[in-house]
Order: sequence, then C-alpha cells, then structure tokens
Amino acid sequence: MALDDRKTDFKFVGTRPDRPDGLDKVTGRAKFGADMYAPGMLHGAILRSPHAHARIVKIDTSKAEALKDVKAVVTRADFSDEVEFKPGLEGEFWNVLENVMAGEKALYDGHAVAAVAATSALAARDALKLIEVEYEVLPHVTDVDKAMEPDAPVIREGAADYSVPEGMHPNVVRYHESGHGDVEAGFAEADLVIEDHFDTEATHQGYIEPHACLAMLGNDGKGELWCCTQGHWIVQKTCAALLGIETSQLRVTASEIGGGFGGKTTVFIEPVALALSRKANRPVKLVMSRSEVFRATGPTASASMDVKIGMKKDGTITAAQGVFRLQGGAFPGAPGDFTAMCAFAPYNLTNVRQVGYDVMTNRPKQAAYRAPGAPMGAFAVESVIDELCNQLGLDPIDVRLKNAAREGTKASYGPRYPRIGLVETLEAAKAHPHYSAPLKPGQGRGISCGFWFNHGGETSVSLALSEDGSAQVMVGTPDIGGSRASMALMAAEVLGIPYENIRVTVADTATLGYNDVSHGSRVTYASGLATIKAAQNAVEKLCERAAAKWGIPVDAVKWENGCAVPSGPNAGDFDPLPIAEITADMGRTGGPISGHFEATPEGAGVSFGTHIVDAEVDRETGKTTITRYTVIQDAGKAIHPTYVEGQFQGGAAQGIGWALNEEYIYGEDGRLQNAVFLDYRIPVASDLPMIDTVIVEVPNPGHPFGVRGVGETGIVPPLAAIANAVSNAAGVRMRQLPMSPPRVLAALKGDG
Amino acid sequence: MDYHSPASFAEASALAANATGITRFLAGGTDVLVQMRADIVTPDTLIDIKKIDGVRDITRNDDGSWTIGVAVTGAEMSEHPELGRDWPGVVEAMDLIGSTQVQGRATLTGNLCNASPAADSVPAMVAAGVTVTVTGPNGDREVPVEQIPTAPGRTSLAKGELISALHIPARGENGGDAYLRFIPRTEMDIAVVGCGVNLRIDGDTITEARVSLGAVAPTVLLVEDCARAIIGTKLDEAALEALAAAASAACNPINDKRGTIEFRTEVAGVLAKRAARIAYARAKGEKA
Repeated sequence: MALDDRKTDFKFVGTRPDRPDGLDKVTGRAKFGADMYAPGMLHGAILRSPHAHARIVKIDTSKAEALKDVKAVVTRADFSDEVEFKPGLEGEFWNVLENVMAGEKALYDGHAVAAVAATSALAARDALKLIEVEYEVLPHVTDVDKAMEPDAPVIREGAADYSVPEGMHPNVVRYHESGHGDVEAGFAEADLVIEDHFDTEATHQGYIEPHACLAMLGNDGKGELWCCTQGHWIVQKTCAALLGIETSQLRVTASEIGGGFGGKTTVFIEPVALALSRKANRPVKLVMSRSEVFRATGPTASASMDVKIGMKKDGTITAAQGVFRLQGGAFPGAPGDFTAMCAFAPYNLTNVRQVGYDVMTNRPKQAAYRAPGAPMGAFAVESVIDELCNQLGLDPIDVRLKNAAREGTKASYGPRYPRIGLVETLEAAKAHPHYSAPLKPGQGRGISCGFWFNHGGETSVSLALSEDGSAQVMVGTPDIGGSRASMALMAAEVLGIPYENIRVTVADTATLGYNDVSHGSRVTYASGLATIKAAQNAVEKLCERAAAKWGIPVDAVKWENGCAVPSGPNAGDFDPLPIAEITADMGRTGGPISGHFEATPEGAGVSFGTHIVDAEVDRETGKTTITRYTVIQDAGKAIHPTYVEGQFQGGAAQGIGWALNEEYIYGEDGRLQNAVFLDYRIPVASDLPMIDTVIVEVPNPGHPFGVRGVGETGIVPPLAAIANAVSNAAGVRMRQLPMSPPRVLAALKGDG
Repeated sequence: MDYHSPASFAEASALAANATGITRFLAGGTDVLVQMRADIVTPDTLIDIKKIDGVRDITRNDDGSWTIGVAVTGAEMSEHPELGRDWPGVVEAMDLIGSTQVQGRATLTGNLCNASPAADSVPAMVAAGVTVTVTGPNGDREVPVEQIPTAPGRTSLAKGELISALHIPARGENGGDAYLRFIPRTEMDIAVVGCGVNLRIDGDTITEARVSLGAVAPTVLLVEDCARAIIGTKLDEAALEALAAAASAACNPINDKRGTIEFRTEVAGVLAKRAARIAYARAKGEKA
C-alpha cells in the first residue's frame, strides 16, 4: 500500500539503544523453551525410525506401558480418525501429522513412531527401548536426481498436484514455470553462451536452542502450551487441528527463542507433547536432543540445477534460463518455485525462462531457512555470470549494473518493480575500498547479488498507556532479530516519549489477535507498521482528551514531542500538555487509553543485496579461508542499525558455513551420518573474518518509515559470492556445495 | 550404576577386576560423560581415578624425563612453565582438543584410552616415544603408547588393568617435536589427518626421527619409512618429498563423512612435510 504520511526525519529511529532483552539474556534470566516447569510435570521422549523407508508392521508398547514410571505412551493411533475428538485431516495439516508421528510407513531416518511420558527424562529414555517396532524395510532414495529417475522408489503415490506435467515420476509433486520473451532467440543474439550444472546439499539452520515445549491438555479440551517457536498462532492452529480441539481453547505462549531462521515456523514435538499430556492427564515437557534436531526437524532443500545464460561482448545479458530441482524430504513443500522466481530477479531481462521442481525423497520434511530456495538459485546463476565476465574480460560489478533491475523493470517472475535499491547496492560495492583492495597470491575475489521478496502477513498490535505516561506494546511476532527494540523505537517516534519508557511484550495467543509467523523478513515491516498505527491510534485519543480539556475541536490539536499542542495560533493559547498529564487523569476523562491496529499489509517491498568476498585457498590441502567479507544491502530505513548490521553479518556467517562445510551426509543405508555439531560443521567464530557492512537506504514506499525487511536477503548472495571467490582463487570453477577441502583438492588435482 | 573413587591404583584395579558388566574409568570425563548423556554407553561400574594421590602432578624426573599424572588436564599442561619448552608438539597436540572448558577436564590418558584413531595427542605422544605404566592384578608393566590402542574404541588393556602414569622421555640436546592436524575449520573439530614428528639433529643433519600419523588407519601409526626418509638428511626438498611419499604410502584410511581416502592420503604427506619443518626448526633452536 502506498502511504502518504511517510516520515523522513527521525528522533529515535536510527539510533542504537541497548536491547531490552539484553540483561535477561546475559544473566540467564531469560526463559527459553526448556526453562519452564509445572507441578506434576512428566518428561517425554520420542522413539524414531532407524530406517530411511519402512512399512510399520506392528508396534508393541505393552512392556513400556507396564513400567511404574511410565504414565503415557502414544503412537499414531492416538491421533487417528477412530478417536472421537479427532476429525479427519486434509492438506498440510495431514502432512504435518504424518511428519510428527508416522502412520503406515516411516519415511526417513529419525521419523517419529511412538512417544513416552514418564516421571523422569531418564525413565522416558529407557522406556523407549522397551517399545518393539516391527519394520518391513523398503527401498529408499535420498538424492534429488535419483528420486526423479523412472525406477526410483515411490515415497507416496498421489502426492503430486495439478501443476506437475504428465509422465513425471510420482516423487515430483509440484512444478513451476515462468518467464517472458523468447530465450532461444535471445541465446542466438549472444556472443557467448554458458550452460552449466550446479548442486547444493541440504543444510540445517543450526539454531543453538533445540526445540522444546511444556504442554498441558485436559480431557475438557482446554490446553496450555509453552514452546519455542517463530509463530505461536500457527502452533495453536496446527496443534488444535491435529488434536481435534477448538483453536481458541489452546493457549500458546512463545518462549524466548534461541534462533529459528525459518526452522521454527512449524511444529514437530508440540502435538506429541499435547497428546501425551492428554493421555497422562499431567503436564509433559519434551526437549529435543541435537541429534533429533538434525534428523527430524526441517533442514533446507538440496538442489540440482542447470543454468544457461547468453551475454554480448559488452556485458548485456540476452537470455537466461534455469531448471531448478529441489529435494524437500518425504513431503511436498520444497521451494522449487521460489528458487525459480528469485534466481534471475536482480536482472532486467528481455528473455527469461525458469522451471522449478519440488521432489520428495526419504529425508526429513524441509522447512524454511532464511529466503527459502533463493540462495541455491543465486549460486548457480551468479556463478555463470561470473564465468561469463571472466571469459569476456568484463568487470563483474559493471556487468551487473548494466543488467540491473530498476524501478519499472518487469521482474523475471512477473510483476513490475516499484522503487528498489539494487543499483544503489552495486554502486556502493564499486565505491567500497574492499573492491579495489589488492589481493595477495592465492587469493580470489567474488561478487554476487541477491534478491528476496519479503512478506507482510496478518498482524495485530495493541498498545496500552500507563498512568505515568509510559507505554506497553503487545506484539504477536516472536523476537528473533531484535524486534522488541525496533518496535520500541518506532512507538517512541510516534508517541514522542523515550525508548526506555516503552516495554514491548510478545503476547500469547489468548491476549492478542492473530499474527502470522515471524518469517518472510516481515516483523520490522509489518509489526512495525502496526505498532506505528497503534501508536497513532493512541495519539488520536490523547489529542481528544486534550481537546476536551481545552474545549477546542480535536482537529485543532496536534501531537508534538510527547505533548498535545494547539495546531496553530487560531486554535487557542494553551501550554503543551504532556502525555503523563493526560494519562494521570485518563480514568476520569474517558477511561484507559489504548491503541490498536490489525491488518494484512501488502507493501513489504522487495530487497536486494550485493556481497564482496575474498577467499584464500591452500593449494596443498584444498582448505579455504575467507579473508575479507563485505555485505551491502538495502534496508529501506534502518530502525536500529546495529540489529540491521547483525542481520547482514549473520546472513554472511551462515552463508559461509553453507558454502564451505555444512551438509547433510547420508550413508548408503539412507541414515544421516553427521547428526552432531562435531561433524555438521557450522563455522566457529575463529573461522570468520570481521564482516563489514554497508546499509543502503532506499525507502520502501509501503512502510510509514520506509522499512524493508532485512532478515533473509543477507543469505542469498553468500553461496555464489564465496564460490566465485574460491573459483577465482583456485583457478577452477566450483559447481558443487559445500566446497569442502576434499572437494576443492580434487578439483585442483583435476585441473592440474 | 556403581560409582567408586578408590584411593590407589591397586584398589582401582581390584574394583575393575571384580566388576561385572560394563566398566569405565573416569578421569576428565570428556568422553565417558558425553557418551553416557548421549545414551551411547551406560556403565554398570564407574571408577573415578581423580582422587588417587599424585594424579594431578607434572613431575620432571632427575634424568630430565617427565611423569604426567593420569588426571593432569590439557590446561595444566599448557600452563606448565617448562613442559612445553621440552615437548611443544605434545603440549600443542593436547591443547588442540576441544574448547577451553574441555581443556579444563580432558587428559592425555583419557585421550589415549578412548582409542580413537583421530585422537590428537596420541600421534604426538607416539612420535615423542611416550610410555605408560599399566597397573593390573599382576602388578605394573611399562608399555609404549603405540601399543595401547588396538582398533577404534579398543585397547590392549585387559580386565582389571588401567594406566597409572605417563612417561615422556628426556628431551636431550638438539631435539624438536611438532604435531599438526588437518581440520576443515580452525578449532573445535576432529582431525581428518594428524601427524606428529619428533627428531634430533647433529649440526644440520637429522640423526634420529619418529614420525606418527593419526586418522589414516584403524590405529595411530608409527611410520618407520617416514623416519628413514629424513634420517641422515638436512631436510632438503628431496627428503621432504620422500617423507611425504612414505607418509602417503603408509595410509590405510577409509572414506567417511570427514574425508575421502584420496584426500587423507594426500594430506598426510602435506602435514608430514609441514610438521617436519617445524620440528627441525625447533631442534635448531629456532622459534617455530
């Protein structure tokens, strides 16, 4: 939505105050998912399939149930249609149920098949060993290309939707195709056409806090759930559906969250804990181990991609085409469509065509991970552009500037762009000292652009004023990136009271209207917009009270620096009336003053970034060191610049892990080989250089203060930028991620 | 689970000899406790040897050799003012293990008895010629470190036997040692390949050498061909190439999640050269 009341000069917005949750977090006072206790609480544990694909012939829980310490055992039967409170499920709810507790088949290594609630965590763990499961092991497939071959084992018949062309393997469940122009004609115009194949492996978000919850559900259908999640309304809705209770009877409270990155936008253990609680009639706490997090939550999709781009000698891209096959585990949902739509989005293309496939395999159901699908596509596309620049002797930033999308460009995925900031990030990159710094022998430099849509989503915010003139803001979006600080700054800006006088709380599902998940880089945009509007709503009421007190019309009152003032000389001669003087009397002048706003804002504003990376490759061992890294990204307007920089740096850090060492490794048996942090190698602090940041601010016309979300775009360019740097350092094109030392050394040997 | 904290190694040995089921000795616990929590092993008998007199002592003996107590931690080794001057390779190898917190608990003896082929301290100890005292029902025996691990997770220690002390030889004149490992990251990781080199020189010429490789075979290897490749040389390019070739030839690795056969074989040679250069420089009294 276009807004006509956009603000450009700020008192609070753009400053860097201390975070409101800082003391809690450094002192251990903050309560995360596993930090909640209840009287009579039981401990839950989940039995998981050791097989990648197996029919569940029989589950015998009698020995576990006979233990004194065991108070409940649940299997899929406890969620089945025969249970009176459980209506039939369809669509995504059915998929989620099937994922949280296997039905007829175990579909991946780690798939839940039964669960126990016992009086201690140890007793629950030991009770699992007494559950006897008879499996009929079936052929499995974990690789995306193999899953599409004619003889591949079928994960589930009938999972494909109408979009899939006839003749494809049943494991292909969604198909996307888009673009415009005539790519064949475009390739014919090119001076150089490069077509190449690229692969990326699945990675995990690697959030430090494992999933954890405390569930209470009585046989009256009323429940309470405490959990770490990015969105407690979706947890409420999903759990209520899976357990056959009314949504409003389940109150869900989001704990403090130790990272999510998209991986905590769905449920895994929460419905199981609720089912155990209902059966035991006691509160049940369930906490995942790290190994369970790796095996049975939602890593990214892996990808197999073919990209073809034609370029003229002057750097003009004449045509671009991509085929993106994404493996998303044993359920539909791999973001092949997003990969296809984002891949060429930074460029103004006359001829472009992109195809995306969503493919099922015997792996855990993929979940979102910052800009889901976009980083893989950018890796393939930006690698081909880099190779074209190398072979044509062109500067990689100049070529990107020449082809960059601008306001009015028809995007590769369809719409025309409003005001966007890609060109500004490229110009800032070119001007940055990093880009002209000399490289040492053995080093290479890489550039990449990246795009993400950003999202609005359902949003409710309430703001209540206290008698002393301070304010409490209730938002419904869990704080995964510093949003409480940003909300307080935006509310302070509107109310004209200090940041410190505002307390922002993440409200539970019983105390605020529906809120979409903290995802899609939407929180500072959408909850921020709603906070501004709610604060404005309160300001209107404050002005009404002042008008009544002064006996003048409300439109003769305006709000300035935390005070009601006459709107002009004709309105009357009154001293400014501070907020605290109005709120002190509010009980007698019309009652408590609150502000509210609910909407589904549509103007999130797409986001672009450009990254510059220097890498050094040890030619004897294939080991890569990232020696310098600069992130340049359009934030629209940075509300709290330190948090914006943190998002940029975090995207780069996670991108470095994805590019260099992180990967899901499956054995021939279809079992995950590296379900611990020792062997799933996220970067440690000493692996990273100082990550420099440049905040570009091209205001988003869809937000009152110009905000564009910044949470996701930062992970889109790193894979490609690092691959280009490593390829340029090694002198050999790296087409497969991760670029682990064995892979780089093999490439170097093949080149020599 | 029975927990014991005996006052002597003889008592510890007797407890283990008479125990039934699974027995584990507990020193720093950085392997045992982790395995218990991860449900990998649940011992029936846990024998804590940290309360035996002298197990935290680092002692320089009259002949210049060192005796290291079985509960001496990595941090205590790193902070010792003289041990690292004599045996920088051994101390640095131990220091590579885990985090700061782990360094406050982890021990050389535990690293050895965990019997991982990728244990960082073990190649350095093998190169240094470290021996251990094994206490058992029939008394004590001295065993070279390389004879303790027999396979991944298995040792030559019989029921009722445990290591009661480690002995590092006297450094002597003109000697130097070094340990290097390859990991994909910079720390907090496990060796994909490890290499320990210990040598002595006369003038510029190497007169004695021991070279050991980790993570390239079911147990840590003492590679005599590597030693032969550099003894009698001044560690010139030809000697280094011969050393690398001998190291690679000695490898018998596996393909796994941490590395390929080809990678480990190649990098074993690279690390042998790099570690040998450091040990040689140290033997010459240079800072390295």
